[in-house]
Amino acid sequence: MNVELRDPNIIMKLSRLGSFHQSKLSFLRSFLYEFKDWDYKRDLFDLDKDGFGVVVYSFKKRERVYSLICFANKIKDDERSDRVIATKWDAAFTLHDGVPDKNDIDRLKKEVPKQEVGRLSYKELTLSRANKSVRVFDHVVESLSNGVQPNLELLEKVGYLYRTTAVYGSGKFGLADRFRIKNRKEINGPFRLEMMLVYLVRQFTFDQVNHVAKMKNPNKAVKLDAKICKNLGIGNSTGLGMAPFIVNHPTLLNNWILCRETALKKIREIKNVNNEDSILFKNCVRDSIKNITSWNTESEYQQKKIKHLLNDVRKFTDFVEKKFDFKKDYPFNEIYLWLEKETCDECIEYIVSIMMEPYNEIIEPLIKQMSSEEERYFNIPTDRTTDELRKIIEKKYSNILSINFKKEENFKKFWFISKNKEEPRLADRFEEQGSELEQPLAIARDIKRLHDKLTLLKTDLTIDKFLIDNSDLRHVVRRAFIIEKFPYSEIQDNTISEKIVPIDMLRLKLSFFGALKFDPRSDKWLRICMFQGAPLPEELKNYDEQWVYKSHS
Amino acid sequence: MKSLSEIETTSKRASRAVGFSWGVAEEVGKSIRLLELFNFPGIKHLNKYYQLKDKEKLEKISLIKKDNKGQKLSFCPITLGVNFLDQSRTLEIHKKCTFKKIAYPILFLPFLSRSSEVIGKKILFKFDNNEFLLNYNVNIFSNYSKKEFPSIAENVEVTFLDNEDTFTDTEWKNLYKLSENTFVEETDSLKQSAAGAGLTDND
Repeated sequence: MNVELRDPNIIMKLSRLGSFHQSKLSFLRSFLYEFKDWDYKRDLFDLDKDGFGVVVYSFKKRERVYSLICFANKIKDDERSDRVIATKWDAAFTLHDGVPDKNDIDRLKKEVPKQEVGRLSYKELTLSRANKSVRVFDHVVESLSNGVQPNLELLEKVGYLYRTTAVYGSGKFGLADRFRIKNRKEINGPFRLEMMLVYLVRQFTFDQVNHVAKMKNPNKAVKLDAKICKNLGIGNSTGLGMAPFIVNHPTLLNNWILCRETALKKIREIKNVNNEDSILFKNCVRDSIKNITSWNTESEYQQKKIKHLLNDVRKFTDFVEKKFDFKKDYPFNEIYLWLEKETCDECIEYIVSIMMEPYNEIIEPLIKQMSSEEERYFNIPTDRTTDELRKIIEKKYSNILSINFKKEENFKKFWFISKNKEEPRLADRFEEQGSELEQPLAIARDIKRLHDKLTLLKTDLTIDKFLIDNSDLRHVVRRAFIIEKFPYSEIQDNTISEKIVPIDMLRLKLSFFGALKFDPRSDKWLRICMFQGAPLPEELKNYDEQWVYKSHS
Repeated sequence: MKSLSEIETTSKRASRAVGFSWGVAEEVGKSIRLLELFNFPGIKHLNKYYQLKDKEKLEKISLIKKDNKGQKLSFCPITLGVNFLDQSRTLEIHKKCTFKKIAYPILFLPFLSRSSEVIGKKILFKFDNNEFLLNYNVNIFSNYSKKEFPSIAENVEVTFLDNEDTFTDTEWKNLYKLSENTFVEETDSLKQSAAGAGLTDND
């Protein structure tokens, strides 16, 4: 049986992309898998009694070493902010390529805590900072120093001791460009070193909290129980900064989605599912319900989605446990068709993610295809013709072409870069100033404009001739030729509509990171948790791959 | 040191700020990144050009011909570069194109380098006493050595080099003969058994 890949016109809608969940393809899970046999070490631990100072961790395999350097700083409570305008943080981190010497640490000590206004070098790969969840951190210190474990209810509610507020890589602020490291075998998936940084930061939070508690009461203090550590992740506050990324990297976006879609297609095409695999799938669905019931948010938008998801997953569990026979041919195809008919988008994508769990042999080769050599597709094929271009647009952007951009509601918003923080922002073009400096992120509007122009042409031109008088459309001409080869490279939605929910764009990216418990704080930023339930570094050599569904057991 | 990613992003944004379209600004970002990667002073010359852009009017060429001479002004290297890149497949038939006066000629260089990759031919870029051989966008060979690049190139030649060997037949034959010393003479028995395919593959 041949199952078709799902239609980009459905999958690439923002509401659908905003319903994606972590899966075996997610970067934090593939990072753990890749680095499971590396040697983990805490190389330096130089903190004072209050937990301020320098700590270095490393992953090593043969001659290759990656070192996380952590700088823990004292800040006043009123200086602590998750917003991008902050200038001080409880801790700042960089992932260094190799073993840092004293000069490196001295140099980085001056730069890393400054974050965006500091300068890194080609020897550094990623940069980040994080703030304590003061309430949780202080409670844990207090409890441990008194010889008792902390209140699990409080820990479960928050889920982490620290939350990062940005993680930078790929050449930002002088960090190494990707081309320097892209051929390393261990970095054959996107954001792998960003994931390593976050994972090691998680370990730093445990070591720091244990240290402070011990210093406070050396005779009585106990260590945070390993099982509790495992159930804690790292929080993250994410704003609009990452939204344009998925528009600006079309072939990369395509590869992420195409791998997910290919995985689903191959799983639906499995004729006979063995007993072991069907049990694993059903167990994961059952276990995962705890992730939904412990998903806390004050966002009404998300609460509604969680409620529907929980209802539908329970309905699905009932169906698959009581009414479904895995012995029939192509069972996952039947399950998928049932989901499409009976459940909401959020539930469909949730179960699609879990379908991947039994199938390492399908997923592992796909992980290696999730990066992109973007430069290869940058040049416009200017020997092609305007007729060909028009046909591509009509085929690949059919839904986009039906949007009426004369209506104010359809072009109400504009994306711009803030002068203060050089970060992307979204505003109302009819109420705010600055729309003349709009970023090229209104792809739907510009594609429509390009199509209108092409339709009015009286003769068929080669693209080089067309571009002479239509330079303003060059960026979308390039994109149209990209989507011809990469069907999932474009969001099939209007990113400047009055109704746009920008956190859908964030959610898409964060789901591929492997984040859990999306907690929207507005329509423009959200909090998440990463690595909750993940094995601790000492456990990596032999860990349960389905840890993500067992964080509360 | 600035990363190439920072160089590309800032060049792109600056190009948009001085009035180029976003699509052209993207091309400039990639091109300046390439120049800096090859250790040419791309940022320096882009900056010089953009600082003067309002005062110094340059001619924007659109359709490139075999011989190109501006009305009065020098050619803008970016408009020329983008159009050259776009039209390189058709320009190739001229074998050689000439230009009178190109402003900031180093900024034209990366577009030629990328064109070389697009058409699959080496391109020779000559002006004054400077020569640059663009090798399929893999590298740039030049006699330029750290001297200041001019802000205007008076007489420019761009030659599309035919894909030809750089050596003689005799040189090749001599080398090939040497290489044969790594081969094993096949006996009848080896002929029968060492090849993968059978001898009766036409039945």
